[in-house]
Amino acid sequence: MTLPLQDPLLSAEGEGQPSHRTGFFRSVLRERKAAVVGLSIIVFFVVLAIVAPYIAPYSVTEPSCGVYAPPSPQHWLGCDDGGFDMVSLLMVGGRISMIVGFAATLVAMIIGGGVGILSGYFGGWVDGSLMRVTDYLLVIPDLVFMMVIADLWGASLFHVIIVIGILEWTTTARVIRAQVMSVRERVYVKRARGMGAGNFRVVWRHILPQVGPLLIANTVLTIAIAIYLETALAFLGLEDPTAVTWGTILENAFQRTAISSGAWWAIVPAGFAIAAVIVGCFLFGQAVEDALNPRLRVSYLSIRPWRLRPLVGRGPDAI
Amino acid sequence: MSLLEVSGLHVWFDPPHAAEVHAVQGVSFALDPGERFGLVGESGCGKTTTVLALMGLLPPNASAAGEVLINGQNILAGGEDSVQAYRWKDVAMVFQGAMNALNPVKKIGWQIAEPMAFHGVAQGAAARKRAGELLEMVGIPAAAGDRYPHEFSGGMRQRAAIAMALACEPKILLADEPTTALDVMVQAQILELLTGLSRDLGLALVLVTHDLPVVAQVCERAAVMYAGEIVEAGPTEALYHNPRHPYTRLLFAATPDLYGHDAVISIPGAPPRLDGELTGCPFRPRCDVPLDRCRDEDPELRLVEVGHRAACHRNDLVGAS
Amino acid sequence: MNGNKKAAAPATASAAGTTGPQPPLLEVADLVTHYQVRRGVTERLTRAPQLWVHAVDGVSFRLARGEMMALVGESGCGKTTTAQTILGMVKPTSGAVRLNGTDIGGLSERQLRPLRRTVQMIYQDPYESLDPRFRVRESVEEPMLVHGIAGSRAEREATAVDVLERVGLSPARMYLDRFPHELSGGQRQRVAIAAALVLGPGLLLADEPVSMLDVSVRAGVLSLLDTLRGDGDMGILMITHDLSTAARFADRIAVMYLGRIVECGPSAEVVRNPQHPYTKALLSVVPKRDPRERTVPQILTGETPNPISVPSGCRFHPRCPVAEERCRQEDPQLRLPAAATSPAHQAACLLV
Repeated sequence: MTLPLQDPLLSAEGEGQPSHRTGFFRSVLRERKAAVVGLSIIVFFVVLAIVAPYIAPYSVTEPSCGVYAPPSPQHWLGCDDGGFDMVSLLMVGGRISMIVGFAATLVAMIIGGGVGILSGYFGGWVDGSLMRVTDYLLVIPDLVFMMVIADLWGASLFHVIIVIGILEWTTTARVIRAQVMSVRERVYVKRARGMGAGNFRVVWRHILPQVGPLLIANTVLTIAIAIYLETALAFLGLEDPTAVTWGTILENAFQRTAISSGAWWAIVPAGFAIAAVIVGCFLFGQAVEDALNPRLRVSYLSIRPWRLRPLVGRGPDAI
Repeated sequence: MSLLEVSGLHVWFDPPHAAEVHAVQGVSFALDPGERFGLVGESGCGKTTTVLALMGLLPPNASAAGEVLINGQNILAGGEDSVQAYRWKDVAMVFQGAMNALNPVKKIGWQIAEPMAFHGVAQGAAARKRAGELLEMVGIPAAAGDRYPHEFSGGMRQRAAIAMALACEPKILLADEPTTALDVMVQAQILELLTGLSRDLGLALVLVTHDLPVVAQVCERAAVMYAGEIVEAGPTEALYHNPRHPYTRLLFAATPDLYGHDAVISIPGAPPRLDGELTGCPFRPRCDVPLDRCRDEDPELRLVEVGHRAACHRNDLVGAS
Repeated sequence: MNGNKKAAAPATASAAGTTGPQPPLLEVADLVTHYQVRRGVTERLTRAPQLWVHAVDGVSFRLARGEMMALVGESGCGKTTTAQTILGMVKPTSGAVRLNGTDIGGLSERQLRPLRRTVQMIYQDPYESLDPRFRVRESVEEPMLVHGIAGSRAEREATAVDVLERVGLSPARMYLDRFPHELSGGQRQRVAIAAALVLGPGLLLADEPVSMLDVSVRAGVLSLLDTLRGDGDMGILMITHDLSTAARFADRIAVMYLGRIVECGPSAEVVRNPQHPYTKALLSVVPKRDPRERTVPQILTGETPNPISVPSGCRFHPRCPVAEERCRQEDPQLRLPAAATSPAHQAACLLV
C-alpha cells in the first residue's frame, strides 16, 4: 500500500548528514592527542603485564646478583637488596599491580554502575536509599578503613582488591546516576516505555549504550586510583609482603635502606612506572569525559575572533 | 542613504575534519528607519547566520566578507574590533530562544542595566531607572525588575529580552524567531509589541522567521532565503500575490491558511549541501517548472518590478508574469 | 471543500462518533487528572494546604475509527496530559478512558501491556524520538520484539519493509540500515510513524507531529496521517497549537482551555462559526498568509492562568472580553449553541 508520489527519487524529504561511521572513541582519539598518549601508555603496560612471565630476564624468586648492585649491562636497572633483578621485579610486579588495579576496578565498576543505573532509572525510594548508602561510604576515609580491614582479616591481595572495590564505587555510582537520570528523560526512552517495553529492555538497549562511554571513562580513572591505592597499602605494610607488586618493591626499598645506600634504581623505576600508568589513565579518561561534555564546545565568546576575508573585486562571482 | 545597507555579505564556516561551508552567499538588502523587514526561510537557509554576521557574532571558525553599512559606515571593515563599537548601540538583537538564555541568578532589572553600564550609556541608579522605563515600554511593570527570570512566564521573559536589546537605544533591532516557542496568543502580543516599538521609536526591525504568515502580517517588505541566497525580495503583498520565484510560491502554498480552499502541498526533496560546488540554480532539483537553462546557470537577483527582485530564469521569458 | 481530504470522514460522525453497537475506539468520560504540587519541608511543617495542578479537569469526547480529531490549545491547557493519560503513562484521578470499551484507568502495568498495541504515540521532536544508536530497521522492529510478534529475521524484515513503504520511505531497503542522523527531520518522523504502525494500532496519538519540521515537509507528513486514517481505518488524535493545521487536516477540533474542552465540533464549523469567546480570540490572532487580509486581532491581555488556581465559575471569565456577572459564579457545560449550524457543534459558554 504505497502512497502516490510525485517523483520516486524525491519521495522522501531529502537527506540528512552522510554517515559518519567512525565510532565515538575513534573520534576522540583523532581529535585529542592526549587521549592517544594516554591510551598508548595504558596499552604498553597492559601488554607488558601480560608477557612479563615470558620475557622477564631473571627469576624473581632466585637471587641473581649482589645486594643493591648498580645498573650494569646484565642488569639494566640493577638489583634490590635481596639480589633480585630490578627489571624482572618491575615486570612481574607490574603484572600483579595491574591485575589488582583492574580487578578492584571491575568490582567498583560493577557495583557503581549497577547502583548508578538502578538509582537513576527508578528514582523514588530506590534512589533515596541507595544514595544514602553511597553517602555513608563516601565519607569513610579510605586508608583508615583499609588499615582496619587489614588488621581484621589479614593482609592479602584478595582483601586489597575487595576493599578498594568497596570504597571506590561511590564516585562512579554518582556520575552514572546523573547520566542515567538525564537519558531517562529523552524522548526515545519515553517512547520505548510508552510502547510497552519492560524496564530491563529499556535499560539494556537504550540507556546502557548511552552511559557506556561515560562508564568507560570513569572506569579508566578508577583504575588509576586503584593502582595508587594498592601502592599506598603496600607501602604502609598492609599488603601481603611476599607478593611482588610495585608497591611492595617500593616498601622493601624503603624498609631496607635503599636511600641511604644510594640505590636509586630500587626506588625510582617503580615509582616512575606507577606514575606513568596513573598519568596514562588520567589522560585517556579525562579526554573521553571532556568529549562527552557538550558544554565544553567552542562558544561564540572565544578569544579568537572570526576572520574577515577581502573581496577580490566586486560582483557576485568575486570570491 | 539607508539606515542599514548590507551589500554582498558572505559567510563561510570551516568545521574541523570537514569541507568549508558557504553559509551565506552574497546577501544584499537595505533598511530605512522605522521599516519592518522580514527575512524568511527554512532551516539551514542562512538567515540566522546573516543576522549574526550583522552583529559580528560569528564563531571563531567563521570568516566573512562584504559590507554592512550603518549610516554609511562599514562596520565590518576592521573585523571584530570595528564591529564592537556598534554592537548593541546601533544594532541590537533578540536571539533565538533568548527567553531561555537569561541569567538565572541575576535580577531582570540588573540584566537590562548591564549593557548600559558596559557601553557607557548610563550607570548605577540612572541605569536602573532606565531599566524600569524599558520594562514599562515592553509592557511589564517596572517593579518586576526586582524579580528573577524563573518568576516570569515565557512571554514576559521574551519581553524582558526585548527590553535588554533596547537598553542602549539602538536604531536597528534584529529579532531571530522571537515568537517560535510561544503560544499563539502570546505570539500576537509580542508581535504587536514589536510593531508598536517600530512605529513609536522609529526602530528598524529585521524579523527572521520561518513563519510566513507572521511576516505577512508584521512586515512591509521581506526577503526569502534559500541555500544561503536571497531568491526573492520585495513588498510582502507582491510576494504573496505576484511571486516571481517558484520557491516563494511553493512556500506559500505549503503554509495552511485557516479558511483556504486550495490543497496544502509539500515541496519534495531538500535544500542542497552548502559545502561543495553548485552548478545552476540551487532550487532546480525541487522546482516544479524548471527550464533547461536552470541546470547550468545560476540565476541572478534581478529587478522584476519596482522594489521587487527575484532570482529566476523564468522572469527572463518573454511575457513572464 | 478541503483539497487535502482523500477519504471523507463518516458523514454521520456526530460528536458522539459511534457507528453502531460496537463501542467507540476511544471514549474519554469526565476525565480528571490532577498532579500534586511537591511540598518542601517548610510547607509540610506549617501544614500549608496541598496544592493541586488541575491539568485535566473534566474532559469528555469520543473518537471513532477513520476520524482525525485535533486537540487544540495553548500551553497549560491540558492537551498533553490528556494524551499521556490515554496512552496509559499517567493515571487518571477520576473519570474513565475506554479503549474499545475497556477502561484502562484501573489496570495494572501488566494488564496494560497488551493494550499498548492498540494505541501508539508519535512525538513532537523527530530528532529525539529515535534512539540515535538504532538503525531504522531496529527502531521499526523493536515494537515487534517487545510484544513478541516478531517471527524470524526474514519475517521481521518483511514487515519492516512493508511498513516503511506505507509511510512513503521508498525504496524501503535503502532506509533499513541508516542511522537517524543520516535522515532529515521529515524522514525521521516517518520512521517514527512506521514504528508506531508496526503493531497495527487502532488509535494513533500525534503530539505536535509537524511543529518541529520545516514548512515545506509538513503537508507530506500530515497527508500521510490522513491517508492512514482512511486506508488503515485508524483513529488519530492530533495535539497541536496550530489552528491552521487543525482546520485543514482534522475532521473535528476540540479547543481546550485550563483543563476543559470549551468548544468542539467539525473543524469547518468551529473555524468559520466559532461560538466560544476564547475560540474567537484564538482564531482572530492567527496570522493570515495574505498581507492584504489584516483582520483586527483580539489579543487577550495577560497569559493563561496557572492551572493550580483555577478561576471560579467559568474559568475563562477573567480574560473574557464579553464576560458578565454570572460568568463568575456559574461553570458552563458543553452544549449546543444557539447559533450553531451543525448538530455536532458544542461550546461551553453561558452566553451562547
